[in-house]
Amino acid sequence: MLDTLEISQAATSLNLLHEKTQVLLKLEICGLEDNTVRFRITELETRRPRFEASDVLVGSPRTYRLSVEKQTTEELMLLGRDSLRISVSAHPFRIDVLSGGELVTSVNARGLLLFEHSRTRGNTLTERVSSTVGSMWTKLKAVFTSGKEETASEEKTQDESPEGEEKAHEEEPDLGTDEKENQEEMTEEEEEGTWEESFKSHHDSKPYGPMSVGLDFSLPGFEDVYGIPEHADSFRLRTTSSGDPYRLYNLDVFQYELENPMALYGSVPYLVAHSPERTLGLFWLNPTETWIDIASNTAGKTVFGKMLDFVRSANEGPQMDVRWMSESGIVDAFLLLGPLPTDVFRQYAALAGTQALPPLFALAYHQSRWNYNDEDDVLAVDAGFDKHNLPMDVIWLDIEHTDGKRYFTWDSNKFPNPADMQNHIAGKRRKMVTIVDPHLKVDSSYSVYNEAYSRGYLVKNKGGGDYEGWCWPGSAAYLDFLNPEVRDWYASKFAYDSYLGSTDILFTWNDMNEPSVFNGPEVTLHKDALHHGGWEHRDVHNLYGFYQQWGTVGGQLRRSGGNERPFVLARAFFAGSQRFGAVWTGDNLGEWSHLKASISMVLSLNLCGLSFSGADIGGFFKNPSTELLVRWYQAGAYQPLFRAHAHIDTARREPWIFGSDTTALVRTALRERYALLPYWYTVFYWAYRSGMPVMRALWIEFPKEEQTFMIEDEYMIGNALLVHPVTEAASRGVNVYLPGAHEVWYDVHTQKKYSGGQEIYYPVKLSTIPVFQRGGTIIPRKDRPRRSSACMSADPYTLYIALDDQKSAEGELYMDDEHSFNFEKQNEYQLRHFLFKGGTLKASVSSHIPPGKYSSTEWLERIVIVGIAQPMMSVLLKQPGSQDAPLAYEYTPELSSLIVRRPGVRLTAEWTIVIR
Amino acid sequence: GLPSTLRMTVGWQLERPLYDETKNFTCLDGSKSIPFDQVNDDYCDCPDGTDEPGTAACPNGFFHCTNAGFRPQNIHSSLVNDGICDCCDTTDEYNSGVICENSCKELGRKEHELLAKQAEVAAEGFKLKATRKLVGLREAKKDWEIKVSKLQTFKEETEVPEKEAKEKHRQEWEGILLCSLSSPSCTLHVVAFVLVFLRKTKKPEEDREMPPYDEATQALIDGKTFSIKIMIVDLEKELSLDLGRNGEFAYMYGKCFEMTTPEYIYRICPFNKIVQKPKSGGTETSLGSWGMWVDLGSNNYSQMKYDHGTACWQGPSRSTLVKLTCGRETVVTSTVEPSRCEYAMEMQTPALCQESRLQKQHGDEWQQAHSEL
Repeated sequence: MLDTLEISQAATSLNLLHEKTQVLLKLEICGLEDNTVRFRITELETRRPRFEASDVLVGSPRTYRLSVEKQTTEELMLLGRDSLRISVSAHPFRIDVLSGGELVTSVNARGLLLFEHSRTRGNTLTERVSSTVGSMWTKLKAVFTSGKEETASEEKTQDESPEGEEKAHEEEPDLGTDEKENQEEMTEEEEEGTWEESFKSHHDSKPYGPMSVGLDFSLPGFEDVYGIPEHADSFRLRTTSSGDPYRLYNLDVFQYELENPMALYGSVPYLVAHSPERTLGLFWLNPTETWIDIASNTAGKTVFGKMLDFVRSANEGPQMDVRWMSESGIVDAFLLLGPLPTDVFRQYAALAGTQALPPLFALAYHQSRWNYNDEDDVLAVDAGFDKHNLPMDVIWLDIEHTDGKRYFTWDSNKFPNPADMQNHIAGKRRKMVTIVDPHLKVDSSYSVYNEAYSRGYLVKNKGGGDYEGWCWPGSAAYLDFLNPEVRDWYASKFAYDSYLGSTDILFTWNDMNEPSVFNGPEVTLHKDALHHGGWEHRDVHNLYGFYQQWGTVGGQLRRSGGNERPFVLARAFFAGSQRFGAVWTGDNLGEWSHLKASISMVLSLNLCGLSFSGADIGGFFKNPSTELLVRWYQAGAYQPLFRAHAHIDTARREPWIFGSDTTALVRTALRERYALLPYWYTVFYWAYRSGMPVMRALWIEFPKEEQTFMIEDEYMIGNALLVHPVTEAASRGVNVYLPGAHEVWYDVHTQKKYSGGQEIYYPVKLSTIPVFQRGGTIIPRKDRPRRSSACMSADPYTLYIALDDQKSAEGELYMDDEHSFNFEKQNEYQLRHFLFKGGTLKASVSSHIPPGKYSSTEWLERIVIVGIAQPMMSVLLKQPGSQDAPLAYEYTPELSSLIVRRPGVRLTAEWTIVIR
Repeated sequence: GLPSTLRMTVGWQLERPLYDETKNFTCLDGSKSIPFDQVNDDYCDCPDGTDEPGTAACPNGFFHCTNAGFRPQNIHSSLVNDGICDCCDTTDEYNSGVICENSCKELGRKEHELLAKQAEVAAEGFKLKATRKLVGLREAKKDWEIKVSKLQTFKEETEVPEKEAKEKHRQEWEGILLCSLSSPSCTLHVVAFVLVFLRKTKKPEEDREMPPYDEATQALIDGKTFSIKIMIVDLEKELSLDLGRNGEFAYMYGKCFEMTTPEYIYRICPFNKIVQKPKSGGTETSLGSWGMWVDLGSNNYSQMKYDHGTACWQGPSRSTLVKLTCGRETVVTSTVEPSRCEYAMEMQTPALCQESRLQKQHGDEWQQAHSEL
């Protein structure tokens, strides 16, 4: 009903009428700063409010006023910034978004808008109609899960054939299009599953009936879509027309299968479409169970025939159709219009925030196991790393360290003196992590539980009593983190005088926070369990882990007076979890296929904001072969979170267990990680600053190169390093695609030069990690191995300069105290810029951000330049206020590589080095 | 870089007169020659790391601490100036800002005490071992002799009914033979017995065999003698146990040793089995039966493997590796479970104590270290 149009700074709103049910919906279209559009659909009048996940957003998105270009009873044309046009058609209802004169997205082009309005259980005519419509969710779910053994026997409304799915689609409410009312539907009985549902032995009371929402988006010109983690599937998303849609519902899945769209531990309902011309983001802000159907060139072509005249032959090119369905909540969708990958990352960061800048130690190597048994065991592992000259930063303690799985406590037999143990580890300048899960042992002698119980801080069952499930401690209650008061109280539990035996080197691991309930439906909470504010668990499920990690971060902040950066690893996550710390891919298997899958899974997480992510090195379940373990260390050294972890039933696998050859191979991988920490830190700084992913699919760096769109066995760290981990047994070589027709690449180990735009066969030995530096980049390293990252803080740097075909290169180095918030609060940081051009290397402060004031005595030990082919006479260091000083150097003509010996200058100073 | 006063001293191994400041320095691997002022200048020139004995510049180098009052030590260059005190004489942290305390004297004293004590223990243990060995062997021999004689008696006893049964059978057979040859007083059934038998036998006249024993007789023979046989096999197994180069572990055999943790009681019966029992009561869990000596290559009797214990849920069967060290008494000092169902036990025994060569050697070293002060 275009006559209901209202326009304000905040939004342009319209009413939508369901012609069958006469239910009124409110559509809001918001122009957001930086080329982003938001669509919200809510009920105009409602019996029960619907949950809105506003905590996910970093603030209220900054809106601007859209203007009306044209308005008729059938059509509305809105005009925005950056050549944005939004066309709204009334019959049928659809929205077309045009950017730069091109149609980039059509909303509801397939007429799949679904909004199950709120209702009461009854038997009136309208109720019957709506309940028929309302059963869609159950019906779709049955279709989606058919063929899965776990549900096949229990689902009552089974449609098993693909035709069933088609039928379900046809029966969607088609707002404004379907004038005829279907008599058969009118008289149909209320379907089962509408007001209650059973799954195995579980029961969902569904007191509010059906509440699902859904919408389709057509993306003309796109063939490649990515994102919507977490799935153990390919990085580039598949079309789902022949199988199950992708599902987002945070679940603790035992020994998950690969190449499967099934739900895993975390959910980010954010999809990125990419073509050589444009990158586009689609953020579906809904934390309830969500299904995503992806089709390619299947719908809308006839509709396009009727498209607006100036749309350039839209019916010819390729197209992706993305359909979102969520169990409850509202339609709240953000369209991020790019057009470049870097734009989309910035646009998403403006909504869901950026990666928290980790303390440096968190980027180093983590040694975990379920479980290091006691204090002696911990000290022996620590000593083992020193004995074998292996760097290591953090030792982790899994659930067995607690007193009977009561978090915030210690097993007094195994860990009688936890503070002494931590002091010993701190003496090595290392850290520790203990696990703190969200469930609480139901035990009146456990003070944390008691307090939560008496304050009413626990999740309730549908009857209003405290929900009780089964988890590690046996009978367990679940903290209601949705309540800000509970998060605040939870934060206080991390105080040193509350978490007895904790010290300032102790950090936290939030596991099982999907949440995992061993005896719950699909191993999680019942959907009709109740949270703070009367919300059902179904309304907030995918946010549970997000809120726990938030509360934990609050605890670490508070114990240091807000000075020290927290480090919290979580298994469950949602969009925006990057603001709280790190995530990992959960309980993987020690198999080659899982090593390979870790790359596409971590790439997907990085694309969707969660840069600080990784997979358990070696695989959680099963014993990896020595070869697999070595390859996993090599791959993990080049993934953002670098943590080895293992199941309690596996054999010990500390790196020295397998003999000196293996120890040496692992040592090399660990040393590569540590040497590159300055580079990792700089790349992480940009993730924090601008939302650029740390680990990038090749197309992010080479957006126009279509050969890269399918590649997911290699990737970039930042913009300078290309990595192709070996993920196969007994490998003798890998095929490496080196992108960029005008690029040059250098093998970082041999300095051998390759030109880009080609695939090469790269022979490997067990010791080889295929890594290439991109010509035109400068990478800072610290080449002195130490036992932990803190021990490297005063060490000198080496700059690795790889020249491009113009004999130029550029790079940056981010520096601060590596652990506190002084970089934010006191501007104590330095972003140094290095430019090599015309034979001169110039070091200056970066102009990309305001200059900081961190001072440091760290100095430049060495410069390595590759791709420098000229005969040279001298290398001269020039510094303001000093005499020019000649530097010693060594040139290797076969490799065109020059090593400049000991410039000795400070990294924070201005200087130039001239090569003649 | 390194302060010039330290350039020539820090991290240098005194017994290596290879650093001559009047000449160019050649890396110890001979790969390169550099001006002497590039030695210890906090930049790594030599691939083998030998130009930087006093700094952390070379990834593969070593730093020498003299540790006067204690033992000299070569530490990895990576530990130099890393903010952690590694050398007890503090020389590795000359430029990191951390303040270390010289603990060499204290360490030397402690080590001396420890070594003296160890030597004492070793000496006592060795004495004990010498007597134990003989006693052990003597006891074991006696034990076996008793067992053998008991078995002998038992065998004879069990053979009585067996013999009687056999005798009866033989007599019956002979009676038949007699009967068939001469007497008409043979009963009909005896004739039948013979006829049936003769039909089976080709050459009845020459070597008529005794027919098989009846079931009861056979059972007597099978039952008793079989179990005796097993006992003999067991005994033979025991006799074949490797109880050490000179049988020094024999004294342990047949005994059990316990260790109590807050949760469990662990009991090892050497060369037999290891069990774990919850302190609060409940059933015993086998952590393995005697398997073998591990790493016997250099006649090194220091690790025992016990395996095929109680199977783990969804896992392997339990096993235990027992590490033995020299001690005055036979005592279990620790039991841990590094991996699920794989236990590690530490045990002291005089059987591993060597003659006090150690004491002499370390005593000398200590004397030497002190005279250097």
